[in-house]
Amino acid sequence: MTELAQLTAAQAAEKIRAREVSADELWTLYRERAAADDLNAYMWVADEPDGGDGPLAGVPLAVKDLFCVEGVPSYAGSRILEGYRPPYTATSVSKLREAGAPVLGKTNMDEFAMGSSNENSGFGPVENPWDRERVPGGSSGGSAAAVAAGSAPWAIGTDTGGSIRQPAALCGIVGLKPTYGAVSRYGMIAFASSLDQCGPLTRDVTDAALLFRHMVGKDPCDSTSLEFPEDITLPSTESLDGVRFGVPPELTGEGIEDGVKAVFDETLKKIEGLGGKLEEVALPHSPHAIAAYYVIAPAEASANLSRYDGVRFGIREGNGDLLSMYEETRAAGFGAEVKRRIMLGTYALSSGYYEAYYGRAQRVRTKIADDFREAFAKVDLIVTPTSPTVAFKLGERTNDPWAMYLADACTVPMPLAGIPAISIPGGLADGLPVGIQLAGPAFSENRIFDAAYALEQAIGFEEGPWRDA
Amino acid sequence: MTRDPDRVYEPVIGLEIHVQLSTRTKMFCGCALSFGEEPNTRTCPICLGHPGVLPVINAEAVHYALMIGMALECEIADRSIFHRKQYFYPDNPKAYQISQYDVPICGAGQLDDVRIHRAHLEEDAAKLVHAGASGRIHSAEHSTVDFNRAGTPLVEIVTEPDLHEPKAAGEWLRLLRATLKRLGVSDVNMEEGSLRCDANVSLRHAGSATLGTKTELKNMNSFRFLERGIEAELKRQEAILRDGGEVEQETLHFDPQSGTLSSLRSKEEAHDYRYFPEPDLVGVAPTQAMLDRAREALPELPAARAGRFESELGLPADTAKLLAFRSELGDLYEEALSADGVDPKTLANWVTQESAAADVEPAALAKLVVMVSEKAVSAAAARQVLGVLASEGGDPAAIVEQQGLGAQGADELREIVDRAIAENGDAVEKIKAGKSQAIGAIVGAVMRETKGRADGGEVQSLIRQKLEL
Repeated sequence: MTELAQLTAAQAAEKIRAREVSADELWTLYRERAAADDLNAYMWVADEPDGGDGPLAGVPLAVKDLFCVEGVPSYAGSRILEGYRPPYTATSVSKLREAGAPVLGKTNMDEFAMGSSNENSGFGPVENPWDRERVPGGSSGGSAAAVAAGSAPWAIGTDTGGSIRQPAALCGIVGLKPTYGAVSRYGMIAFASSLDQCGPLTRDVTDAALLFRHMVGKDPCDSTSLEFPEDITLPSTESLDGVRFGVPPELTGEGIEDGVKAVFDETLKKIEGLGGKLEEVALPHSPHAIAAYYVIAPAEASANLSRYDGVRFGIREGNGDLLSMYEETRAAGFGAEVKRRIMLGTYALSSGYYEAYYGRAQRVRTKIADDFREAFAKVDLIVTPTSPTVAFKLGERTNDPWAMYLADACTVPMPLAGIPAISIPGGLADGLPVGIQLAGPAFSENRIFDAAYALEQAIGFEEGPWRDA
Repeated sequence: MTRDPDRVYEPVIGLEIHVQLSTRTKMFCGCALSFGEEPNTRTCPICLGHPGVLPVINAEAVHYALMIGMALECEIADRSIFHRKQYFYPDNPKAYQISQYDVPICGAGQLDDVRIHRAHLEEDAAKLVHAGASGRIHSAEHSTVDFNRAGTPLVEIVTEPDLHEPKAAGEWLRLLRATLKRLGVSDVNMEEGSLRCDANVSLRHAGSATLGTKTELKNMNSFRFLERGIEAELKRQEAILRDGGEVEQETLHFDPQSGTLSSLRSKEEAHDYRYFPEPDLVGVAPTQAMLDRAREALPELPAARAGRFESELGLPADTAKLLAFRSELGDLYEEALSADGVDPKTLANWVTQESAAADVEPAALAKLVVMVSEKAVSAAAARQVLGVLASEGGDPAAIVEQQGLGAQGADELREIVDRAIAENGDAVEKIKAGKSQAIGAIVGAVMRETKGRADGGEVQSLIRQKLEL
């Protein structure tokens, strides 16, 4: 255990600016830890720091493998991209580099971000540093495990149906899924374009706000990105006076494990203790969110993943004939879950089925967004558990896709509505971390950070592998 | 269907035209358009379909599409969107083409007597080069892909089936080509593929409103091939129908060398393109400023110009069309017309009938035509002057002077005529004996003497005068 490693990223940045800590020293510490990682959290570790001279100078950043970084292996957890080194760098990574954060390494993930346990990685599962027989969650499992284990001070990941928040919850750290469009998607290897968002995975809420501050902004390379309407402020308020919290029965009742429920109920009491007001709000269509999500996301994915055809990059298989190149390359390169979703999505978009599946799922999506709009007319934030369960055992759900999909029951509605949500550690159940989710209207990230920070202070969660590492 | 040798069939023809726009950059990325550069030198991660890239709509392509829509009197959509059209082929790097589907930028319109169904924006495919004798994929040893063309902006114009004979289809396509050329939005070169035309062809019983089964003829790369291809296909369909058979819906390739049609794919093999809205792009909603800019950029269009030449200058319809549809000739004509004393019809004849006129300065051409009208130079001599003007330039009067091509003075010519009569006693005898065609010998002698500078009509009348005929 070194003192340096106990600093949050924001503290480390502050000390580097004040010249109390040297960037080299911090780099060496994390470089060694990342290289020595035995959780299978890293796909690649950098040799030299590459960050610029900005406010985040010297604080290394772990980057989910699906962010393209020029010249650096970027496989999105898939064997089909083996050997691929992109000729360009993702906007979010460039922005953070310019802000000073050097890329420490690329983190393991479920293949093409499809999964909730990191067991769908083409490069083996990641272990949860809290209990190495358990999953770290997914798909940003490598990023979450690296931050939780203390082999990275912070990380970025992506969230499509919960892929930042759920692993953050299962690893006892903070994870934010931003408003759709707040952060550029350019250079993020796409899973489901209308849902994918890039966000921070950090040790605390302040780090999340600091990292997020340097990620936001309209990018001319991403037509769906938007200028964030206000500056991102670092949270400091410790009161929730007058803040109205909506508790939706649809996402807080059935299916939630007892231990998780207990931590959640405890958290609701803390909210009231800080002056927050609790109110039940209905999200009547959210029980259909998983079904809609598993039509829309695979549909978009089926198109996004068609480019892996053996022609221009990654692996190429086959006997030299065009059809065999397509078939064998994709048969060899994609894992079972990716194939399952490509087939689901291809079917859903087929002529004659489009309306029944894709069209209908889009209408459900609109209803879900309407639900949130109505709820936010009454409350400022919505609070739910992040995951219905704590980290489950490796292999426990791999043969039951539906059980695996339900891991995202509480996190899927928000990306369908394009709204932001954070997961913060709420406490422990059976010695494993439980995540609490706060969701707000589009571009309410500052409000979310403020409330999450106040709650974080009240919860006083002071456990985690990184604290002892 | 029974054999019916006497039945009269009516051809029904509709066209689908792909127009490569001559914007500076590609449809969705910043690559410059390619004009025969080395293969794969006009590419970037976006048009190569690398993982993680996103398209951004080229604003100039939208501007050009609006101009085309306005020129074709189309309804302009308040908001149009892009779809993904999915199919695997090595010339299609993302395995989907970004194209407009059910909400195109330009709706119903009209050009001359043909209704426009729609016009929409999309991106061009890469170019496959098949190594092997035939240059076609089936017998190729291997194929290479040149992505220079991938992502070139295209506008696809689809007509209603309002054409009823091959010639008319060719004529109308010439008008469309002239219109697009006049707009300056494309090179419209059929051989180079910047204008490509497919035809939908069917036969119906004359007088019936019910359409027969259509076939699609692909990519006829000249006006002549278009006409010949349609002709061949109409013949083929008619033979089938007269024989009591049924036309199969299929896509055909016309081989201009052999004049035969071969099937590319049948209806059963038709793709299911699994269209769905492109989630990486936002809709195109033209602002008033965009519409105004497009409207202001519209020049006078060929159809209107031909009408004006006819009504204001009294040109015959054919001549007016010829000048208007070949805008460079029309421009030359109008510029030359601005000179003093030029007769519009005479000038039009010179411009449309003398190929050398196209290479002559408008002012020089006007001057020469005036000299002919004023009989300062004969038509035959003027053609010689035109040749000099086309190859060397200069002033027509000076050339006439220099080369001694000016028409003879009346006295000089009279002397030459007198001499010729004196020297051709035989001919004079014959004429007096009633063989009036013998006058040719005397005229010929005069013309030889004057080296063609004399006006044939004038010489004849002088001879008749002298012989008191």
